[in-house]
Amino acid sequence: MISQQHHQLGPADPAGPPILQVRGLRKVFKIRSEGSRRTENLVAVDGVSFDLPPSGSLGIVGESGSGKTTVARIIAGLEQPSAGTVLVGGSPLARRRRRRRRRVQMVFQDPYSSLDPRQTILAGLDEVLRLHTKSGKSGRRARALELLHQVGLDERHENLRPRSLSGGQRQRVAIARALACGPEVLILDEAVSALDVSVQGQVLNLLAELRTQIQVAYLFVSHDLAVVQQVTDDTIVMHRGRVVEAGPTDAILTSPADDYTRRLLAAVPRPGWKPSRRADGG
Amino acid sequence: MSLASVNLVTVEPASGRRRTRLDPALAGIGAVLVLLVLAAVLAPLIAPYSPDQGNILIANAPPSPAHLLGTDAVGRDIVSRLIYGARLSLLGPALIIALATTAGVTLAISAVWIGGWYDVVVSRVLDLLFAIPGLLVAIIAVAVLGTGLIAPVLALSLAYTPYIARVLRSVALRERRLAYIESVQLAGFSGWAICLRHLLPNVMPLIRAQATLAFGAALVDLAAISYLGLGVQPPTPEWGIMVSDGQASLLNGYPLESISAGFLIVVVVVLVNLLGDRFAIRAEEAG
Ligand SMILES: Nc1ncnc2c1ncn2[C@@H]1O[C@H](COP(=O)(O)OP(=O)(O)OP(=O)(O)O)[C@@H](O)[C@H]1O
Ligand SMILES: [Mg+2]
Repeated sequence: MISQQHHQLGPADPAGPPILQVRGLRKVFKIRSEGSRRTENLVAVDGVSFDLPPSGSLGIVGESGSGKTTVARIIAGLEQPSAGTVLVGGSPLARRRRRRRRRVQMVFQDPYSSLDPRQTILAGLDEVLRLHTKSGKSGRRARALELLHQVGLDERHENLRPRSLSGGQRQRVAIARALACGPEVLILDEAVSALDVSVQGQVLNLLAELRTQIQVAYLFVSHDLAVVQQVTDDTIVMHRGRVVEAGPTDAILTSPADDYTRRLLAAVPRPGWKPSRRADGG
Repeated sequence: MSLASVNLVTVEPASGRRRTRLDPALAGIGAVLVLLVLAAVLAPLIAPYSPDQGNILIANAPPSPAHLLGTDAVGRDIVSRLIYGARLSLLGPALIIALATTAGVTLAISAVWIGGWYDVVVSRVLDLLFAIPGLLVAIIAVAVLGTGLIAPVLALSLAYTPYIARVLRSVALRERRLAYIESVQLAGFSGWAICLRHLLPNVMPLIRAQATLAFGAALVDLAAISYLGLGVQPPTPEWGIMVSDGQASLLNGYPLESISAGFLIVVVVVLVNLLGDRFAIRAEEAG
């Protein structure tokens, strides 16, 4: 079975050893059904392994409930695996939060809850920079503005609170915040799913562009294959907690080897990515 | 006062700075309460007579320009006693709310953050405290510590802690699961920093509403305890004491002492509750 193996993905090691090594990840949730005292085991993730090269981009696709978010949360350290290991840059993720550069950051799905409603955009960035850099106030502001520019925002937004921003702008701020930590891996869990299609295109273009500017690898989680095609080199397909197929994204989308992937592709409600979309995005 | 017709208007100017236009009802209520507190603080300057020294020759005098609400059964000026009485009558509930809010917020936030068995223990203890009537705790505390301000304040603080903590825990639990909390967690901040800088400020509107509403209830409870003779003792000026002191005069046809003290209690409680309701509406709008 393919899911038990280690998938060698991407071009033959152009950038050295993988930044992220995931081996035999398993997560069992204990579920207590209403009223009864018995707990049931729910295997959400089962033997997931993959590598992510530095500055690479890996997509995780699969239907709802296939375990994508659980894998993402374990890698981020928000959830402990029942079994398996996650190595970032060759070493296990520190169990304790530490006052140091965080190597793995995550952008969440819901743009309306992913920023502190009481904090201005600048204050949110400044807080992170204060934790991770030694620069003074003016240095931090300069860096914050640089980050805002990188995600397509500017001075006009620095003193706004999230409620004055659109969904797409909020996700841009969330990306800027994540980048402020200087991560090597950026996990995007359905980060554009809640956005309008045109805004989606803009944010996807931004992500594609960012990767050419800074050294960061993406782990891009989505149920939308068209979206995955735009920002990933490789893709793994998950089904019921297992990896059923892995390989270059284009190959998987054009000639899926697995039956489930084929069904997943057939279920895509709209045509896949068209080159024109990249042009009309902002 | 038509409260329903007044709406809290929040404007969003182009600069993005959030400004809240003052709600006239809120301003009115606040002004009256501030005046009351000022009167209490400045009692020696405002009160026309001493609250303690009476003139037995003018006992139970009717209202007159010299004594606006008349005098009590031992000839003390009722207005002066009301003004001095505001001190303990307002200080007591303020102390209770300060203690109960501190304890309740600490318990609720730590339970939400630490979770696990600690959360279970805290929740059970709060349920238990909730089940014990505050007045009963107060009576036991007085039996142990004696009458005065301390025993009822401690007892009622204990009684109000679960009232603050329970609602706050459930709201903070929802807040804690929001993505922005997890993302500051991922950024590497300590639990302290996250709770103090993010979790607490975002549940503050609810805390303010809860504390304000609890203040009114605590004022009534304390007055009741004084009325029962378990709190501060006569001749100390205090509204609850004045209600009970005035009872004999009331039966003799001089109702002003009891009625005016009782009226003040009702007015303050109603105003504070209106304020608390406003805060609660704001908290809901913010959440
Ligand atoms: N904290 C949890 N407790 C119990 N069960 C959970 C928990 N988190 C996830 N699950 C279960 O694990 C399974 C995988 O969930 P997960 O969220 O990883 O799926 P997903 O692929 O991200 O789905 P979606 O596309 O809907 O986001 C689901 O059956 C879900 O109900
Ligand atoms: Mg998910």
